[in-house]
Amino acid sequence: MSGPKPGAGVLRIRGGLVIDPANGVESVCDVVAVGGRIVDPAGVAHAATDDVIDARGLVVAPGLIDAHVHLREPGRPDKEDFASGTRAAARGGFTSIVAMPNTAPPADSASAIAWMRQRAEERAVVNVFLTGCISQGQKGELLTPMASLKKAGVVAVTDDGQCVQNAELMRRAFEYAGMIGLPIMDHCQDNNLSAGGVMNEGYWSNLLGLPGWPAIAEEMIISRDALLAEFTSHHVHCQHVTTAGGVRIIREAKQRGVRISGEATPHHLTLTDAAAQDFDTNFKMNPPLRTARDIDALVEGLDDGTIEVLATDHAPHCSYEKEVEFEAAPFGIVGLETAVGVLLQALHHHRKLPLCKILRKLTINPAKLLGLANKGHLGVGADADITLIDPGAEWVVDRAKFASKSHNTPWHGTHLRGRAVKTIVGGRVVWDLAREAP
Amino acid sequence: MSVWKRKDLVSIQHMDADEIREVHAAARTFKDVIRREIKKVPALRGKTVVNLFVEPSTRTRISFELAAKRMSADVVAVHSENSSFRKGETLKDTVRNLEALRADFVVLRHKAAGAAQFIAERLGCSVINAGDGAHEHPTQALLDTFTMLEKRGRIEGLRVLIAGDILFSRVARSDIWALTKLGAKVVLCGPTTLLPDVFREMGVEVSHDFDRELPGADVIYLLRVQHERQQHMMFPSIGEFVTLFGLTPERMEKCKPDALIMHPGPINRGVEITSELADGPNSVILEQVTNGLAVRMAVLYLLNGGQAPETVREVAA
Repeated sequence: MSGPKPGAGVLRIRGGLVIDPANGVESVCDVVAVGGRIVDPAGVAHAATDDVIDARGLVVAPGLIDAHVHLREPGRPDKEDFASGTRAAARGGFTSIVAMPNTAPPADSASAIAWMRQRAEERAVVNVFLTGCISQGQKGELLTPMASLKKAGVVAVTDDGQCVQNAELMRRAFEYAGMIGLPIMDHCQDNNLSAGGVMNEGYWSNLLGLPGWPAIAEEMIISRDALLAEFTSHHVHCQHVTTAGGVRIIREAKQRGVRISGEATPHHLTLTDAAAQDFDTNFKMNPPLRTARDIDALVEGLDDGTIEVLATDHAPHCSYEKEVEFEAAPFGIVGLETAVGVLLQALHHHRKLPLCKILRKLTINPAKLLGLANKGHLGVGADADITLIDPGAEWVVDRAKFASKSHNTPWHGTHLRGRAVKTIVGGRVVWDLAREAP
Repeated sequence: MSVWKRKDLVSIQHMDADEIREVHAAARTFKDVIRREIKKVPALRGKTVVNLFVEPSTRTRISFELAAKRMSADVVAVHSENSSFRKGETLKDTVRNLEALRADFVVLRHKAAGAAQFIAERLGCSVINAGDGAHEHPTQALLDTFTMLEKRGRIEGLRVLIAGDILFSRVARSDIWALTKLGAKVVLCGPTTLLPDVFREMGVEVSHDFDRELPGADVIYLLRVQHERQQHMMFPSIGEFVTLFGLTPERMEKCKPDALIMHPGPINRGVEITSELADGPNSVILEQVTNGLAVRMAVLYLLNGGQAPETVREVAA
């Protein structure tokens, strides 16, 4: 982990509804941090407190963790960098983010990881966890030195954006990563079946004459990974699952005892391929937006535990890169600063999922998946990473206010309900809505 | 009053039947114009039409160029081979430059679906889609339906069989929209690999049995089979395609005697249609080309704010 230094003083967060899924807590009580760690409130006298935050009417959650972020550094600091990306995270309520390794050059060596760690230590305002590539240069040919990567600090390996196509290489990656205890995360995409595809293959791609990226191309690799996880007894985490079939394959594999988990993004849970009908490239992402039926299946998967992790796949791109013909535009949207609003509105207010269930997938589940010690919960001894959320706050997304360098969001101008209002990392407030310029 | 209120012609999907009929009405008059000794009217005098063809085209480009010239517009042609695209300029920058040069119309042919809508949303001048990827080719559908109307006196109730490479065809999509809006019955026919079932959701029938569909068709609309598809594993060989979906004299014998044979061109003789049928009495393929000119004149005229003229005198003044 790389990030800001913890605060030294005593912080008391008073009177909020504390929801700590890992510890089964959902009650109004105080949370107290000393020296950047959670302590038992009973042991600290009120008079000894340096800072008090009045959290009455707010939800006090363990600091949110985004397991899927593209920081674009090194390579494309015009899109995002460690400073802007982590400020965007803080503004969205995330206290820890997991950076994907598809940078330029890709994060496939210990020296690349060391550089990124140093960069994060100098510039990040939230905790940054790094991942490394599965294959050298993300070329899908040779394994990366995973043991060195782990020693340099990565928490997982993934070829996100460039799924390993060779099943033998993937088998060896599972075996090798299993030996050194590194989780494998996979961007599930069969490149032959999805070749040329720019949106979900279906009614809308057919009507618009745009090349389709079919659900089967994702499900084929999820199936492969489930079989490899079973065969090698190692864990695989399927990133950004988008299809009903994918949810079913993961559910069935879990029932057989396979070590597999799934992740869903705010956009795949709320938008469909119909959104691309005006060729707006802010609805172009990889994997693509699917159908209403797929959304229902994803929500069901969240509800029954098949999908354990919510993550944004924050993918910044410059406006001029996105403002081109649909087929020519890069895939992806920014997500850090809208995730809480989109997820709470869709899953909690609309679908009636309990907050505890949603927050679990943004806190303890990603922390467990990636072995992030002392993260994702508010038990005594945990890092004092805390997010204050106003679940009823109504607001309108304004991309001009983004802390991210990029503005490629499909939600500009959208009314949302639910917002992070304070973000605390290591006992220090790193973002406060009340202090944001109107 | 004209029902045409549009700045652009980007798709048939977003047009209504009355707008299509108004194009047909105007095209009738312009067809009279192009049959006269002096084939020119002053309707667009002082206006500038830019033909921006970022994908190769002969027939459509010449048709638009001639249409604009017949309307007395100044015409500039930009082809991809000699344009700034080769220097990496974006489409948006290119068209904004054209606008800065005070173009009144941009006619765009582009390989990317949605390219015409993309520039239409960013330009103040009129944009005409001359084919965007596999999305739409609206003037083709307007000339196709104009031709059917001229030959049959009506569109409503006609059974139109569109056969061949449907999946990659912008012509098929625009024709499906135009024909269904005008009340025709559309049947699509081709191999499963080039004709996914999802087309049914556009309100048409989907069939993979050419011989079964031919006898009922009032119009047989053949699409060009693109050889490069074979490399994309879409079908095993041209020979096998011909066996299943080629229009031959034997197959023609089972058709209605007055069935129209249509094709957007260019034809692959001996593939989707035999040479003799392409040149035979049922074929109206060359009339489609002539009508294309009249229809494109009509479109320019209506986009320029005109109302469908009833006589040549109205536009020749």
